[in-house]
Amino acid sequence: MKKVYDSASEALDGVLSDGMLIAAGGFGLCGIPELLIDAIVDSGVKDLTIASNNCGVDGFGLGKLLDTKQIRKMMSSYVGENAEFMRQYLSGELELEFNPQGTLAERMRAGGCGIPGFYTKTGVGTVIAEGKEVKTFNGEDYILEEGIFADLSIVKAWKADDTGNLVFRKTARNFNPPAAMCGKICVAEVEEIVPRGSLDPDNIHLPGIYVHRVIQGEHEKRIEQRTVRKREEA
Amino acid sequence: MPWDRNQMAARAAQELEDGMYVNLGIGIPTLVANYVGDKDITLQSENGMLGMGPFPFEGEEDPDLINAGKQTITELARTSYFDSATSFGMIRGGKIAAAILGAMEVAENGDLANWMIPGKLVKGMGGAMDLVAGVGRVVVVMDHTNKHGDSKVLKECTLPLTGRGVVDRIITNLGVLDVVEGGLKIVELAEGVTDDEMRAATQATLVN
Repeated sequence: MKKVYDSASEALDGVLSDGMLIAAGGFGLCGIPELLIDAIVDSGVKDLTIASNNCGVDGFGLGKLLDTKQIRKMMSSYVGENAEFMRQYLSGELELEFNPQGTLAERMRAGGCGIPGFYTKTGVGTVIAEGKEVKTFNGEDYILEEGIFADLSIVKAWKADDTGNLVFRKTARNFNPPAAMCGKICVAEVEEIVPRGSLDPDNIHLPGIYVHRVIQGEHEKRIEQRTVRKREEA
Repeated sequence: MPWDRNQMAARAAQELEDGMYVNLGIGIPTLVANYVGDKDITLQSENGMLGMGPFPFEGEEDPDLINAGKQTITELARTSYFDSATSFGMIRGGKIAAAILGAMEVAENGDLANWMIPGKLVKGMGGAMDLVAGVGRVVVVMDHTNKHGDSKVLKECTLPLTGRGVVDRIITNLGVLDVVEGGLKIVELAEGVTDDEMRAATQATLVN
């Protein structure tokens, strides 16, 4: 069982194809698979559908794949930080499927758990409900949402062992576990690959069964909104 | 005198009770955290955190620690982290007692619009639809009128909805309104605001 690869491009070798559905972890620029995104840019693969809460910012994260026009469709909850996204969407070059954030996360989780659909109250009576089955439970309306079954998952974690067990750090966990779960193949990039046995088995956030390939690398980890408070004067 | 942003936030903080788990939206709702006083409140950040702390001191920002507005924040002794599916599981599952959110429009039946203006930039709903559908109580904090002086408290929303019949209470610069059978009920007027001023600024049906 070889899961550790030397580089992002090596880890993606043989798993990319035009028109595929990729689930990507991350929230804003926090916990995004920077290295794998760069390798996907370099690969030139196109007509991608990407399920990701956001689409990076101009020139960073998934925004790079917009600049190269490799994305055909986004499944997202919020795309407000990206001018090129707006331009491509309004000009009709890019398709956009809005998903409420929790619905998107649950669609990924469900896909990974073999659940093809579930009912939720989120979005009932809004544009999100258009065209979706409505079912009443205990007098309340719910809409049917479908699980996401991705061809490939790309995620970012803090640490991994060589069996693919992953540990995340703080709010960089976000969409990474559900995104990882819903892919046929999951490639993870981490800050450190540690020897087998050095992660506490009680504190594994995502078991290695979901993770097929792992790489280690340096991350820029750009901050989107730097907010600070003043120290009290001594 | 109508309330200013901080007075609205202070009034909204009175909605919170000791022991509550609460989600605060972006804008004026974020200021509510400054007014909870001695109450033991746990703030949720829907990207995957309970026990959200204040902004970090300069130089201590951590790119792995942000809130739902993508701002750098800190953790507290009580903090826990989890993935976004778990986070929205607790929201959808009704475990979060209240959400305090901003709005573009609220209607007398509790309809809320706060995510999209057709023809303008479309940014997305983020977690707002999940929050209003799932949490125990939805409190809206917003200005009573828009910059043109038109009421934002309407008979019917004109903008695409975030949720239908989801709002429980509205706190504006003019006072506090509850969504009740048949319309809205004035609960409180900001100091110096008259009943007539409140009625004149409100398009929605007011009931006694």
